[in-house]
Amino acid sequence: MNAPHELPLHAEGVATQENYVGQSVPRSGAKKLLEGRGTYLDDLRLPRLVHVVFFRSPHAHAVIKHLDLSQARKQPGVVAVFDGHEVAKFCTPWVGVLGHLKGIRSAPQFAIAPERACWQGEAVAAVVAQTRRQAEDALDHVMADWDLLPVVTDMEASLAGDVVIHPDLGDNKCFSRELITENFEAEFAKADVVVEKVYEFSRHTGVTNEPRGILADYNPAENLLTVYQGTQTPNMMQDIFSRHLGIPESNVRVICKDVGGSFGIKVHVYPDEMATAAISVMLKRPVKFSADRIESFLTDIHAREHKVKIKLACTHQGDIIAFDMNDLTGIGPYSVYPRTSGIEGNQVVNLTGGPYKHKHYKAKLDVVFTNKNVTCQYRAVGHPIAMAITEGIVDEAARKIGMDPAEFRRRNLIADDAYPYTFPSGVKFEKLSHHQCLDQLMTLMDYKGLRQEQADLRAQGISRGIGLAAMIEVTNPSPAFYGVGGARISAQDGATIRLDPAGMVNVLVSVTEQGQGTEAVFTQIAATAVGVKVENVRVITGDTAITPYGGGTWASRGAGIGGEAVLQAGKVLRKHILDVAAAILKVEAATLDLVNGVVVDKLSGQEQMPLSEVGRVAYFRPDTLPMNFQSELTVTRHYTPREYGFTFTNGIQASYVEVDTETGFVKLLKHWCVEDCGTIINPMLVDEQIRGGIVQGIGGAMFEECMYSEDGQLLNGSMADYLVPMAGEMPDMVIGHVQTPTKTSELGAKGAGEAGTAGAPGAVMNAINDALAPLNANVSVQPFTPQRVLAALGKI
Amino acid sequence: MSENCMHAQFTVNGETVDAQVPVRMHLVDYLRDELGLTGSHLGCEHGVCGACQVMVDGQVIRGCLTLAIQANGKQVQTIEGLTESRELQQLQAAFLEHNAFQCGFCSSGMLLTALEITKHHKQATREEIRELISGNYCRCTGYQAIVNAIESVLVKSSSESGVKV
Amino acid sequence: MKSPEFSYLKAQSLAEVFSALQTHGDTAQILAGGQSLLAMLNLRMANPKILIDISGLESLKGIQQTGDVVRIGALTTHYEVLSSSLVQKHVPLLAQAVPYVAHLAIRNKGTIGGSLALGDPAAEYPAVALALNATLVIQSASGERRVKAIDFFLSLYRTAVQAHEVLIAVEFPVATSNQRFVFSELARRKGDYAMVGMALAISLEGQTIRDASLAFMAMDDKPILAPHAMKAMVGQPINQQTIANAQKGLDADLHPAGDLLANAATKKHLSRVLLSRALMQAGATHV
Repeated sequence: MNAPHELPLHAEGVATQENYVGQSVPRSGAKKLLEGRGTYLDDLRLPRLVHVVFFRSPHAHAVIKHLDLSQARKQPGVVAVFDGHEVAKFCTPWVGVLGHLKGIRSAPQFAIAPERACWQGEAVAAVVAQTRRQAEDALDHVMADWDLLPVVTDMEASLAGDVVIHPDLGDNKCFSRELITENFEAEFAKADVVVEKVYEFSRHTGVTNEPRGILADYNPAENLLTVYQGTQTPNMMQDIFSRHLGIPESNVRVICKDVGGSFGIKVHVYPDEMATAAISVMLKRPVKFSADRIESFLTDIHAREHKVKIKLACTHQGDIIAFDMNDLTGIGPYSVYPRTSGIEGNQVVNLTGGPYKHKHYKAKLDVVFTNKNVTCQYRAVGHPIAMAITEGIVDEAARKIGMDPAEFRRRNLIADDAYPYTFPSGVKFEKLSHHQCLDQLMTLMDYKGLRQEQADLRAQGISRGIGLAAMIEVTNPSPAFYGVGGARISAQDGATIRLDPAGMVNVLVSVTEQGQGTEAVFTQIAATAVGVKVENVRVITGDTAITPYGGGTWASRGAGIGGEAVLQAGKVLRKHILDVAAAILKVEAATLDLVNGVVVDKLSGQEQMPLSEVGRVAYFRPDTLPMNFQSELTVTRHYTPREYGFTFTNGIQASYVEVDTETGFVKLLKHWCVEDCGTIINPMLVDEQIRGGIVQGIGGAMFEECMYSEDGQLLNGSMADYLVPMAGEMPDMVIGHVQTPTKTSELGAKGAGEAGTAGAPGAVMNAINDALAPLNANVSVQPFTPQRVLAALGKI
Repeated sequence: MSENCMHAQFTVNGETVDAQVPVRMHLVDYLRDELGLTGSHLGCEHGVCGACQVMVDGQVIRGCLTLAIQANGKQVQTIEGLTESRELQQLQAAFLEHNAFQCGFCSSGMLLTALEITKHHKQATREEIRELISGNYCRCTGYQAIVNAIESVLVKSSSESGVKV
Repeated sequence: MKSPEFSYLKAQSLAEVFSALQTHGDTAQILAGGQSLLAMLNLRMANPKILIDISGLESLKGIQQTGDVVRIGALTTHYEVLSSSLVQKHVPLLAQAVPYVAHLAIRNKGTIGGSLALGDPAAEYPAVALALNATLVIQSASGERRVKAIDFFLSLYRTAVQAHEVLIAVEFPVATSNQRFVFSELARRKGDYAMVGMALAISLEGQTIRDASLAFMAMDDKPILAPHAMKAMVGQPINQQTIANAQKGLDADLHPAGDLLANAATKKHLSRVLLSRALMQAGATHV
């Protein structure tokens, strides 16, 4: 077990530095959000600000035959109206491909489509006006003639290629991958039992409470572009604005204020946001784009549209021999930039079967273009599919051989002492704790008791189900995720920590905050590392002009990577503070300690001076210090994970449901999750991340579905028709932990933000199928609506 | 800019507003854009998410489904005003303690619904609390912490008033 | 999305309303609670030239009981209906339905008149009004007319209220002791529009169903009665045979188009389940 910091030697009874790591400290720094005093994107105002709205294609696939903007330009309040050609002069197109996804292809995408719209909602003109409402009024006066093109929305039809969206590419394949371990066919043939199923996952989307937004402010006098954006990765956007708008990198400043939820939605490059930045350059004034909810449904990235056939081969005794998986996924007409829309399917290939110790694996992936909205990484990227198909087929196997599903998992989970471990897909696990987590879960949920309750109620005609889902989760990614493919996406992060004269500690960190409590976690680490009280630490994130250069927030990396940078910087600052104090006191630094903001004698604990005194002398009276002494009360450290491509975590979830077999309605009675994310810095925040993630996963499993007509019209793009989880239908969730710190950092923290979403759909599906099994019914198409349950039961 | 405006007079957080109000502007747009009170948020503008909630004449309503002009003669209170008046103090403290918020975008609306619960549904069970907040969308928390926070205030209030829950 | 432009009139009297309706015809929209209308305006799904705000007309508010009728003013909010002891006591079917209506904040402003005048087939009140054969009180410059619920809901969002008229009240019959009422609804989430919903009112003579009134929501482009099912119940006791017969009657009564949530087969199946459960519940509350 790593020691997150060195505790000072002390005599008994003497005060020690508060160790905030592991404490559920409330987020006092976020209190403003409870008082209506946050600053979200749409709250921002600048002088001469104008608003942009977009004329969006009503057709899923059409050539712009003629676009008449003349009438729109004359409308009250309108400042300018632009088409794709005009904006293209200021913003170059992009292609969403990366080198490490071999063979991935996409077509160039422009900020505003100049010639052809490829999905319903794609912007083909921009109207800029004094107010949003005037801009919307003017939209009615944009005249467009279209030449309709054939539309392909069905994945299988797309793969067949009768309608090719980008003729230059020849077919609709964005990315394909095949993987097969040695001797696979021979080993698979040894199976006593083979179970096979097709699982379908409907595309759904993030529905962040705060829609996307951007405020771009170009100052021609300085050739300086300042962009306010709720992005997860300000440095990545800085690079992209720079390269595509032709402005030097250091002349682009990206600032993140408060963000109303992101979950991956706001980590991608959106054409309408690029257009907004370009228009600011064109008009030489601030321009704001604030997506409304309808636009969000049409254009925020969608995700998770998959049809997967999976086979599991095992022995009579229940030892898994192999998985064989074939995944077809439909993305939009473009691979999203810069992270590509091939990653989600790639993760399904990498992670299927993940918790188990089989050696043989075959996988095939096809990622195809369709004329629906674009898709890309969304919380837990690929994991909800990989874990659901794995855990689903595992339950099928257990059922087939008549073994209790917990027992089946016990038999097959990778042993806790088997690490480091290389998985058949090539991913490496540092150290996981599947069995410890399973043990804890069994106790936490009283598995035996629930099984008895289930049996008792079944006798009364009540159908309850218990579903388990073991999972692994990618966190703390190294450059293996994107950097190696040529993306200018940083996998390292930095923290600059500074003592202010009055004794406050300021920390600038390159990881960003979207509500998960990143800043709070850093105050705790910094306070502990430096030796002050947590209320005397302030964290600043999200400003490329001020914070260190780094990767930002994605793939559950904030605590693990950013936290380590904060820890290292904090430790060094502590040393430098004590060096100053030692110089003031004319003693050896080794005899001093910093405890809760006070410099003390290490052995006796006697107070020597407050931190503010160190600050006073260092900043205002260095003339009183030795001649060759320079105070260094600002320290920067960076950190990037090196040994492992990804630091995997593991966990296991359980769902308890009751199925009304007459109506098909499923009631979620309770949910459990035992998770191992290494060192936990703030248990309350981790638990809440897991709960929020579980409910988001339940959303995809039970409610959420972007419904498209055959001709590519989004049918349910409003909050009334697209069903997000609300409080009335959600269960209470019990969370437990195992802590296996990673040795790749001193902090030992792995990531926790996505695990809830990774395992929830599998657990819920397995619970429903456990309830339906005695009735010979089974559901395999998400979301598990009453209609799908009724169909499975043969009632309709 | 010849926008259709009408005169209205109303109070917002105790201060009088006497102005020409764009007729088509909904109340939250008016509060945000004209008065700079950005604590009420727009999540959908069709009355489903609840992020826009404000109080008018003591009742919680969807601010996006009321015209600013309809506030004429009424008393409007926003999250800013209810914070200032300390009416939300207990709930805010409970939300902080239980981490019943993450990104905070739903919080102003959620707190107003919570306030109404503490006033009119003092005996609400956990299940009833869930039903009563079922019109407020939260994507971050999964709702449990919010239920916990509201429950804790109800329990505290009832024990203080000597009423058994 | 921001609303398109419109003019606004805060009516001080009904006469003013009628005059404005006369002037503007169907380019005018009545604004009561606004919980449906303002959403449509924000979504740019409606484009009226003028909104006539009737929310200040006191004569349209209030709940009174006169003899065997409970009269509810059109501007009574859902919250007021929910908290009314008169409604609880005398119109139990309505009392059962109100908790299903939307959410807390919407109930504070939305009105019963607005809901009835819109006539959304998936909304709660229209089905209740139909099941109880409520009387809708409509007024115009030329006076008052009273329309029974059965004649009120014409087609999708079209009711008997004409362009120059205003719905001013709804009258429900006071429940009698031999009546049983069951309102039930299946929705994906609390407060959502119904996937399928029904309102049942039966009167019992001993063990026998003397009268039955059964209305369905979300099964057509307006709320509808189920006459075959009703006929199968009349003169029968509440037992499994009667339930089965009534369910069979639904086959003839209900021809739903599917919607995004449920196809026709699902809706028909669920209607049978709801009816069965409702009759069992009504039978169980038999004293």
